[in-house]
Amino acid sequence: MHDILFGVYPYIALSVLIVGSIARYERDPFTWKSSSSQLLRRKQLIVGSILFHVGVLTIFAGHLVGLLTPIWIFDALGISHGAKQTLAVVAGGVAGIMALTGGVMLLHRRLTDPRIRATSRFSDTGILVLLLAQLILGVGTIFVSLQHLDGHEMTKFMAWAQGIFTFQSDAADHIRDVAPIFKIHLVLGLTIFVLFPFTRLVHMLSAPVRFLFRPGYQVVRSRRQTPLPKRSAQAGCVDATKPAE
Amino acid sequence: MRIRAQIGMVLNLDKCIGCHTCSVTCKNVWTSRDGVEYAWFNNVETKPGVGYPKDWENQKRWNGGWERTKSGKLQPKQGAKWRILANIFANPSLPEIDDYYEPFDFDYDHLKSAPEMKAFPTARPRSKISGQRMEKIEAGPNWEEILGGEFSKRSQDYNFEGIEKEIYGQYENTFMMYLPRLCEHCLNPACAASCPSGAIYKREEDGIVLIDQEKCRGWRMCVSGCPYKKVYYNWSTGKSEKCTFCYPRIESGNPTVCSETCVGRIRYLGVMLYDADAIEAAANAENEKDLYQAQLDIFLDPNDPEVQRMAIADGVPESWVEAAKNSPVWKMAMDWKIAFPLHPEYRTLPMVWYVPPLSPIQNAAEAGHIGQDGDMPDVRSLRIPVRYLANMLTAGDEAPVISALERMLAMRAYMRAKTVDGVIDTAIAQRIGLSPEMIENMYKIMALADYEDRFVIPTSHREVVEDAYDLRSGCGFTDGNGCSNGISQGSLFGGGRKKKITVPSEAF
Repeated sequence: MHDILFGVYPYIALSVLIVGSIARYERDPFTWKSSSSQLLRRKQLIVGSILFHVGVLTIFAGHLVGLLTPIWIFDALGISHGAKQTLAVVAGGVAGIMALTGGVMLLHRRLTDPRIRATSRFSDTGILVLLLAQLILGVGTIFVSLQHLDGHEMTKFMAWAQGIFTFQSDAADHIRDVAPIFKIHLVLGLTIFVLFPFTRLVHMLSAPVRFLFRPGYQVVRSRRQTPLPKRSAQAGCVDATKPAE
Repeated sequence: MRIRAQIGMVLNLDKCIGCHTCSVTCKNVWTSRDGVEYAWFNNVETKPGVGYPKDWENQKRWNGGWERTKSGKLQPKQGAKWRILANIFANPSLPEIDDYYEPFDFDYDHLKSAPEMKAFPTARPRSKISGQRMEKIEAGPNWEEILGGEFSKRSQDYNFEGIEKEIYGQYENTFMMYLPRLCEHCLNPACAASCPSGAIYKREEDGIVLIDQEKCRGWRMCVSGCPYKKVYYNWSTGKSEKCTFCYPRIESGNPTVCSETCVGRIRYLGVMLYDADAIEAAANAENEKDLYQAQLDIFLDPNDPEVQRMAIADGVPESWVEAAKNSPVWKMAMDWKIAFPLHPEYRTLPMVWYVPPLSPIQNAAEAGHIGQDGDMPDVRSLRIPVRYLANMLTAGDEAPVISALERMLAMRAYMRAKTVDGVIDTAIAQRIGLSPEMIENMYKIMALADYEDRFVIPTSHREVVEDAYDLRSGCGFTDGNGCSNGISQGSLFGGGRKKKITVPSEAF
């Protein structure tokens, strides 16, 4: 059972995540959206959404870096395992509390506001509940972590995650003896990966960072398939220096 | 210099009767769906009033449009790109649906199904969002119809700036006008600039600004970015929508639905040639009052052979150049200078322009004594304050508005002299700087307003951009998502679901 959950399930979850997201993007781009409900009710959203997103993104980045950076890099940098764990506990704890506070506000709003409740799909409420549960579990692991501050426990998860990504068949063995709360946290996390392509979470993948690098502000589309001849080729016309996009 | 063409619109407010036919036909065609019940791509406001959505002209509150920064750069008023992205989790400038109105319907069924009771059954309102009973309807798409509501609320109207507005609350001095509004299809659209996904774009061939429904991710920055509040967030699909300028109709040479159905014949559609390379400089004019002139300066004279030659070299089809010569928009905006952009100070270079309305003389009792300028009343004695119109149409510069109103009055005086007295009064024409021929032409376009004079729309040249052979058996117009409607009814694994065909006779 342990091997299936932590040796096989991660691959299933990641496959569904990747294939599902690509399929949805290709087949139903119209459904790819953030599904904001700010228009319907501003109350609680401004504070709740900012807390939730900033918190979750911090945690996400922390997990990504913390789990997938090979341990020898930390060793080479002279960061002890204990120090790394303390950093994870403090940063993760603060971000976790932020995300949890925001998430509770958003869930309260989603369940009690008549407009939001009426326009919520099952997946909207469901994924929020799951994320909150995951946050509670995640914050809950801090209390277990505080029992052993040497950082050894954490290296097990790093070994597992890196084992999964490097296709080590014995990856699941690394975490065979960790506390149950970690295991539940992992399974729920993988389950959220599975659900990812079928919920609004996909909007994460289209975070519009490219906006910052868009040349100028305007977007002009032309249906012309062959570009117009260069202006300078036309005798007597001033050369167009740059398009107005 | 890079010449592009755009179909522009002019609305002659002098003839608008406020019948809302444009709004209703537009609604029926485009927004009679879930999620956009509250959205009116075209709406008609009674001015003075705060309009729809409430207080939309107050950019201190909504941060729409552009601003010129202290360093002389042009950037969206809601901030540079990083600032917009920083607000992505919660947009502080986004209106709530109550700023428009909560969409509602009535319990009509109760009228039929009510049991016998003492009181007559009534159809009470219900929210179209939550389905709950609404005890009181607080707002609607046209809440200030014909000066409805207290003056103290309506006078929050931004266009009263610089006017001692108190006297206009008095019955004797009150004034009103209608303002039909739709997307301005700006040359420098602030919605497109604010869109983090790059889903909003301006079409090169006809200037129509559209939202790619498949690329829109619902970041809702366009809603706050547009100073006219003409981008609407569809709360059902989670995508933004806006006036499409009825592009399928425009492409085939037909006027937009609002223009086609306008009973007052106030709407005009025509081609404008402009220099796309000059847009940024024009929108960045230092003084707000120069923005109107700056926009005039980027329009190019279609009768100039050099412009024609260069337009064709830049890919504008010949039929479009030809249509530009007959464009009623060109005539009204450029030849006669009687049409103006709505709020040029937003720096969006809007392409839906307005002819200011004439209005009755301020004080009927003094009608005989008021300043007469020859045979014409002084425009300053008109009921609608010139400053009010100038605040709306020229960023507060009164001179162009006065000139336009004088020309319209002169047209009336000239034609009255001609048709009633049988006299050709060239003096009137001279005084306002127009020739008798121009006045006759103005009369033909503005007063008679024949269909073919109002709408000079060249068909689009699809043949140069796509191969019709590839389009055969296509799905035609859809709401995005290609040919899929976003609802998968079939089995994921291609199960034996039989296709059911309904013939029209069975459907009823």
